Amino acid sequence: MSPFSGGLKRGGDRLRIPPVALATGFAALVGAALILISGHDPLSAYAEIVRGSLTPQALPDTLNWATPLVGMTLAAAIPLRGGMVNLGGDGQLVIGGLIGALAPLFLPDHGAFGAAVGLAFAGLGGGLYAALAAWGEVRHGVPMLISSLLLSYPAMGVTSYLARFPLRDVSTGLPQTLMIPPDARLHVLSGALNVGSLLIAAVALAVVFVDRRTSAGYELRMRGKNPRFTGYGGVRLGRQAVRTMFASGAIAGLVGAIIVLGSQFRFIDGALITPAYTWSGLMAALLVSGEPVGAIVAAVFFAALQTGGFAMQRETSVPRVLTLVLQAIVILFLAMRRGLGRRM
Amino acid sequence: MIESLFTPFLFQSTAQAITPILFAALAGVLCGRVGVFNLALEGQMLVGAFAAIVGSYFGHSAFVGVAAAIAAAAVFSLILGYGATIFRGDPVVIGIGMNLLASGLTAYLLRVVFGVSGTFSDPNVVGLGRITITALVGVPVLGWAFAGQSALTLAVWALTALISVVLFLTPVGLRLRGVGEQPDAAGALGIDVVRYRIVTVLIAGALTGLAGAQLSLGAVSVFAEDMSAGRGWIAVVAVMLGRNNPLYAAAACVLFGFADAIGVNLQSHGLPNQLTDVAPYVATLLALVISHRRRIRASPPSRRSTAIAMEEIGRTLGSTNSQALDDRS
Repeated sequence: MSPFSGGLKRGGDRLRIPPVALATGFAALVGAALILISGHDPLSAYAEIVRGSLTPQALPDTLNWATPLVGMTLAAAIPLRGGMVNLGGDGQLVIGGLIGALAPLFLPDHGAFGAAVGLAFAGLGGGLYAALAAWGEVRHGVPMLISSLLLSYPAMGVTSYLARFPLRDVSTGLPQTLMIPPDARLHVLSGALNVGSLLIAAVALAVVFVDRRTSAGYELRMRGKNPRFTGYGGVRLGRQAVRTMFASGAIAGLVGAIIVLGSQFRFIDGALITPAYTWSGLMAALLVSGEPVGAIVAAVFFAALQTGGFAMQRETSVPRVLTLVLQAIVILFLAMRRGLGRRM
Repeated sequence: MIESLFTPFLFQSTAQAITPILFAALAGVLCGRVGVFNLALEGQMLVGAFAAIVGSYFGHSAFVGVAAAIAAAAVFSLILGYGATIFRGDPVVIGIGMNLLASGLTAYLLRVVFGVSGTFSDPNVVGLGRITITALVGVPVLGWAFAGQSALTLAVWALTALISVVLFLTPVGLRLRGVGEQPDAAGALGIDVVRYRIVTVLIAGALTGLAGAQLSLGAVSVFAEDMSAGRGWIAVVAVMLGRNNPLYAAAACVLFGFADAIGVNLQSHGLPNQLTDVAPYVATLLALVISHRRRIRASPPSRRSTAIAMEEIGRTLGSTNSQALDDRS
């Protein structure tokens, strides 16, 4: 693969171009080639991405898209910080989403209380489900990388079944649950932004604080560097794994409930999975090996890319799924430049 | 209920479900043997499935489709081949990246080449022909399983045998295993470790191409976005359960294929497919738990602590990785 070797040699230590910039540039080149294949002009397509994401009119859309994406990035980044990988974000997301959609329905007449209960139990549900994967590794020796992903499929299958059959809103032809009453929805701040964005911002601050200022964060970072040493240092690795995965899954569950309570107002089968927040988030986290601040920056960058992708598709009819390709190329390029996520 | 479940059709759909998983698992076994942990099976399979449809649509023959699938998946696997060796990337990150790249790229090309999103089927796409071996007709189980199957469904078993023989009974196999187990020693004996790894990853890529071709041209001639639907990951598990032995991995694939087929059969008994689709994943998880139990029980009591168990996992997952890094540092 000469493109890789070419890019790598030019980007070697002599020129000192930041690797992320280099990777982005390389992805843009490959993307341009793909746009040319589709018979469009790469420059105007890229201009639409920028115009559709960073102009003052488009910025709220970018932030709105960034809300779940930052959340799922943090969910991926926390275990990654300790050298673990949570591939089951989709499962935790749908569990949280379904709980968020059901709590206000079963707690009627309570308005905001129903939403709060929904958010809390969504976090709990997602967290417990993720902790199950960690428990499987600690107790039953099933590698978390595999078990977290495999557990995701039953969660998606069962929630899909519930939304299609027992809990379906029969007044519509679509696989979705009943509408959440208006007073249980998340409070709108301005335009498409709601309280959920503030919640995610608070979670992000908390994650950065724990990572930088607490012993739990220190122990997790140590585990990422050298798990055996951390174990000898007195950290109970098994419990730490379960705790870490619980935190990760809780954030994923919370994101699911925020999407449902804040913008979709009901659990729609597949609607949480299709935007691929989990995988974009994982890529954003991998980009910086789980360092929270960098991961958040990467998530906002990816959110801008994807929001701009809508404008690109609208204006130039280049399919917006191209932005997923661009993200994957950035990750692959960086992975080859330096071994990320060293342990697993 | 039980009698109506164990029909010839059940065995036929089992054999059908096994085929793509086993092709991918064989690819994973080969990569694992040379010390490259391949998590990209899912994406490679997807690339193969898409290329098979493109080849069959424009070449008007299933053969062109299969050839395109082999070529595309092999080229795609170069990312892993070079990335995990010469560029010293982390195979886990590369694998995840490749899976996403495959998902995005096939969805993008689906729109660009065929102008549709979601699924694509067309009368111009020629599916794989169905073969019935007359000698097997009437034989219970085997005859049912291989009645009216694609050539790939039969070929995968021949390849399983071939790969087992090559790995364990030939000088090439010895070198391959040496490259994986003792790269330094293999290198000292004059074996070009990096070249062996890249070529093996390429051959494995071709196998995943066959897996993809079976997916999109086998039972039905259709391509759907993300149609590999976790089969590549199940193959990864089969490789782990089979401890890089093609025969054991094949046994694991039979288990998953059977669970899958039972799920499909239960659908015809009125269970919704959202629930029955879950069967292979649950079977996979249970198999992982049980195999670990047996492994722990077989080892002396002093080793039964959690810390050791976790280390063992680290080795299964991480060894290939650390070896890949160590032997060139």
